[in-house]
Amino acid sequence: MMAAMVLFETTRLVHLSSVDVVIVAFYFVLVLAIGFYLKNRANTAEDFFMAGREMTAWIAGLSFLSANLGSLELMGWAAAAYQYGILATHWYWIGAIPAMLFLGLVMMPFYYISKTHSVPGYLKLRFGESSRTLSSVCFAFMTVLMSGINMYSMALVMKVVLGWDIHFSIWVSSLTVALYVALGGLRSAIFNEVLQFILIWAGALLIPILGLIEAGGWTNLKLQIAHNASSEYTHLWSTLGTSTGNPMGIHWTGIVFGLGFVISFGYWTTDFLVVQRVLTAKDLRAAKMAPIIGAAFKMMVPFIVILPGLLALAVLPVKLMGETQAVATGGHSYNEVLPLMLARYCGPGLLGLGITALIAGFMSGMAGNVSAFTTVWTYDIYRALIKKDGSDEHYVNMGRWCTIVGVLVSVGTAYLVMSFASIMDYVQALFSFFIAPLFGTVVLGMLWKRATSAGGFLGLLAGTLSSIGMWAGVKVDPSAIRYVAMSSSATDMAANMYRALWSWIVCVLVTVAVSYVTTPKTNAELRGLVYGVTTMPHEEPVAFYHRPVFWAVVVSVVFVILNILLW
Amino acid sequence: MHGSGISIWFFIGLSLLVNGVLITGAGIWEVFHPPANPVVLFALHANVWWGAILAAIGLLYCFKFAPRRES
Repeated sequence: MMAAMVLFETTRLVHLSSVDVVIVAFYFVLVLAIGFYLKNRANTAEDFFMAGREMTAWIAGLSFLSANLGSLELMGWAAAAYQYGILATHWYWIGAIPAMLFLGLVMMPFYYISKTHSVPGYLKLRFGESSRTLSSVCFAFMTVLMSGINMYSMALVMKVVLGWDIHFSIWVSSLTVALYVALGGLRSAIFNEVLQFILIWAGALLIPILGLIEAGGWTNLKLQIAHNASSEYTHLWSTLGTSTGNPMGIHWTGIVFGLGFVISFGYWTTDFLVVQRVLTAKDLRAAKMAPIIGAAFKMMVPFIVILPGLLALAVLPVKLMGETQAVATGGHSYNEVLPLMLARYCGPGLLGLGITALIAGFMSGMAGNVSAFTTVWTYDIYRALIKKDGSDEHYVNMGRWCTIVGVLVSVGTAYLVMSFASIMDYVQALFSFFIAPLFGTVVLGMLWKRATSAGGFLGLLAGTLSSIGMWAGVKVDPSAIRYVAMSSSATDMAANMYRALWSWIVCVLVTVAVSYVTTPKTNAELRGLVYGVTTMPHEEPVAFYHRPVFWAVVVSVVFVILNILLW
Repeated sequence: MHGSGISIWFFIGLSLLVNGVLITGAGIWEVFHPPANPVVLFALHANVWWGAILAAIGLLYCFKFAPRRES
């Protein structure tokens, strides 16, 4: 770590001109101005935690996507594209689109009709207090830790790219987020996320456009990549027949069932960080449309993330390498691919906008974490377990303070990671333990009325513990990966896919088994929570092109065509 | 979010307009004072036209979602 810090002291990828600095500064002024402007519109709990439930489908949908589109996501997947080729696109397409459409068409009605404030809140209604407590405590704890890790990683990026002091980056960005979320609540977070989404596109879109011009178009790009790396780097599916036939070391079953089913559905349908945005929609149709709008834009994100990574394989004169090797040799690491491409094409002004896009991505991700943490803490932990009879004003004040405390805990985590880098791996693994089993619990709760409270809780617990067990087993004996991932050559990424799949299966089996030997709730108790006993509200008659299902079909067709074109 | 107060789209328009003007300005300045180490494809003057596109979109949004026009 110290070696890396010393290296970062002496190198920086880009130098900002005065106009770039003005653009970055203007961004900070604008997000704070939005926070102050919205302060007077966050006086009730419904306003502060749920943005008044008055967002249009477009705002909820863009915010839903933006909360996920952090700068580490942008830079990390651009790096993955350089390292593994176009296979990285699976995380944006099969790893997101089907799940987002499923959320919009199937799950959103239950979240929305139940009027829950959170995913743990739904578990309380469906399975009881124990399931809510387990999920909310895990979620709140992990969310602030993840936020801190992202904060530290971003500060490190700013040091590498711009030479900024790491403490300056951590405190300026985190205090800005704390201020605008504490002032304006979820509405402020959502407004800024939409702004950040637009800035990310405005700042990053020029890289693939200019890159394709330099490379001479897509066909020439593929030829150059085949020459510089391998033709395998430009195929989405044809190399996945065996786990040794592609750079990622993964079999198609891992991508389809591990990523495309369990991890993707777990994240996009039950991670409250993203689902919270959709819960703010003004009506059921907007709530169903929001994830579909998000899916349409998600499908386009590889153009500004994956394509720059592929272009770098063709046009960059230097060869990028892993972090350790880069530190040892003074070269550039995979993670620097996006800033390198930014510096390659963007002069004064554009560089400032590109850097603003990275900062905006970081801040939207952090605001998402903090606002979701605040809601879960206030509604599902504080009000459920500590103070049940507080006034509306009391909970809003708790939310404001919780925002500040959440950010400070995140800052503390960032400093902890700075001292003990291995914590990062552990916390990221811990977060992944919970998502796949949670999807098993929520989807069974929504679609199977026989699932009981005991079944839901024990299934969730068993799935989470089995995931931890598999992870610990591989840590103790690395050769055990051949059982978890069905291949001894599997990468960590492939192992994550399979671990998620197995833990989901354990969760479902335990939930089903326990449910059959325990007493289910009555239909009356399940009304509004479960498919089959819930009457869906009648949707007002609208033209077919205003209906969510029509746009879901359009997105699905484009999704299939893109996969075939890049097969 | 158009019913009361300032629309988010106005803020977005303002951001694009200011950034677009700054980027175009920097690009025009570079046309007359070429840098010693130009970026790749400098001859395309991407900052001039990209900044102009952003400014035009920003201006449109500022006008369309200006607070005074909302009621």
